[in-house]
Amino acid sequence: MGLELYLDLLSQPCRALYIFARSNNIPFEFKRVQLAKGERGGGAAVSRAVCLFTFLGPSNSEGAGKVSLLKKVPALKDGDFTLAECTAILLYLSRKYNTPDHWYPSDIQQRARVDEYLSWHHTNIRANAPKTMWIKVLIPLFTGQPLPSEKLQEVMEGLSTSLKQFEERFLQDKAFIIGSEISLADLVAIVELMQPVGVGCDIFEDRPRLREWRRRVEDAVGKELFFQAHEMILNIKELSNIQIDPQLKEQLAPVLMKMLK
Amino acid sequence: MGLELYLDLLSQPCRALYIFARSNNIPFEFKRVQLAKGQHKTEEFRKVNVLMKVPALKDGSFTLAESIAILLYLVQKFKTPDHWYPADLQKRARVDEYLSWQHINIRAKGSKLFLSKVLLPLITGQPLPPEKLEFATEELNVALKQFEEKFLQDKPFIAGSEVSLADLVALVELMQPVCAGYALFEDRPALAAWRSRVEEAVGKELFLEAHQDIMNIKNLTADQFAPELLENFKQQLLKQN
Repeated sequence: MGLELYLDLLSQPCRALYIFARSNNIPFEFKRVQLAKGERGGGAAVSRAVCLFTFLGPSNSEGAGKVSLLKKVPALKDGDFTLAECTAILLYLSRKYNTPDHWYPSDIQQRARVDEYLSWHHTNIRANAPKTMWIKVLIPLFTGQPLPSEKLQEVMEGLSTSLKQFEERFLQDKAFIIGSEISLADLVAIVELMQPVGVGCDIFEDRPRLREWRRRVEDAVGKELFFQAHEMILNIKELSNIQIDPQLKEQLAPVLMKMLK
Repeated sequence: MGLELYLDLLSQPCRALYIFARSNNIPFEFKRVQLAKGQHKTEEFRKVNVLMKVPALKDGSFTLAESIAILLYLVQKFKTPDHWYPADLQKRARVDEYLSWQHINIRAKGSKLFLSKVLLPLITGQPLPPEKLEFATEELNVALKQFEEKFLQDKPFIAGSEVSLADLVALVELMQPVCAGYALFEDRPALAAWRSRVEEAVGKELFLEAHQDIMNIKNLTADQFAPELLENFKQQLLKQN
């Protein structure tokens, strides 16, 4: 039994891993974890649906649960060794499979730039980008009602601030975050920003520099692979047609609203 | 001009850096940036870190933000003992795993409780409603449970038998709610034992020295804040709560 990666491609960190592994021809078994499906009835379905997508909180999905005590995706299983957290898994893979230097440069200052972005990402880009999905798709799906526009506006403003800092501090006038080549930092950033794009908040529209950067990242990993990884999120509107049990809706609405804060 | 570390020891990540550098005898110039006085918002500091946050590093013309990035930079540059960031692939992954997870868990919840208990009442002049405090405490409790069950388990330290960056980063964060008055180690003997081990590993004296300011946080009064900062803070905290 070789390397197993537990992934749901609706999740941003899962996409980063999927693209990285495939782009580097790292052999792995794709263990699909479908967080959107509440497979069982009763309490399990409630807790499962509450933890609907990774960005809402820990996943209760069976497969991932056995692998990662945190019950989150993505998760890695390599023999007896299990690992959670996208950044940790990316670094583990880059070291184990000796991927090309530019992904995580050995040069101390360039590496520091990648570490700096990967750290900052958590509480900045990743703080607001996921919320666009909650507001535009998930919460209306579960509550049956759209959210007041101020909610989305607030999130977009937060995202705008992060994007401004991203351009000013991390990207600047370079081709990629570390300079002339793509690294883990660009990959982690781009998959997160595709989340709002998927739900119709195209943050690249009025940002030509970011748009160009996105194009370069897509080319660097392979356009076909990039789009394959993003197929689900780009068709997320189809999720709106899913029938949700009314009782489930009732139980989840307040929880989802609270999570938005 | 050698290595400069821009720090305010009231900040958890700054303490991790300070302790790490001192514990490893890394020579650096301590550049104090007083957050309460708004010194992180000066044009001068902005040249070091355009994100206007501490900690920040300046090494010649190279500047760096984010404590995790700075810790890893120091590990690499000064070739600190292996246990801090083990070369072993799996042990290193354990450290990376914690350092990633902690941002929105221990760090976020610990900070929130600290802000709620200490800063908000100080700045608004009103005590925090008990249910908000209870909620913030509960959230931290959840994170603590996950920390013990997933990261520490029954090992002496997160990566195994020796202290690493993960333990240091974790402990300085937990000291924030502790200094705000939440005795989280009291009913958690395993956690308390781990704390003792980490303090021993870095040096008890150094640990205490690094925590002087935060341990006296209750003495902080509103007049010690720059007025614009107070107003700004007030708006921010009220919005979050």
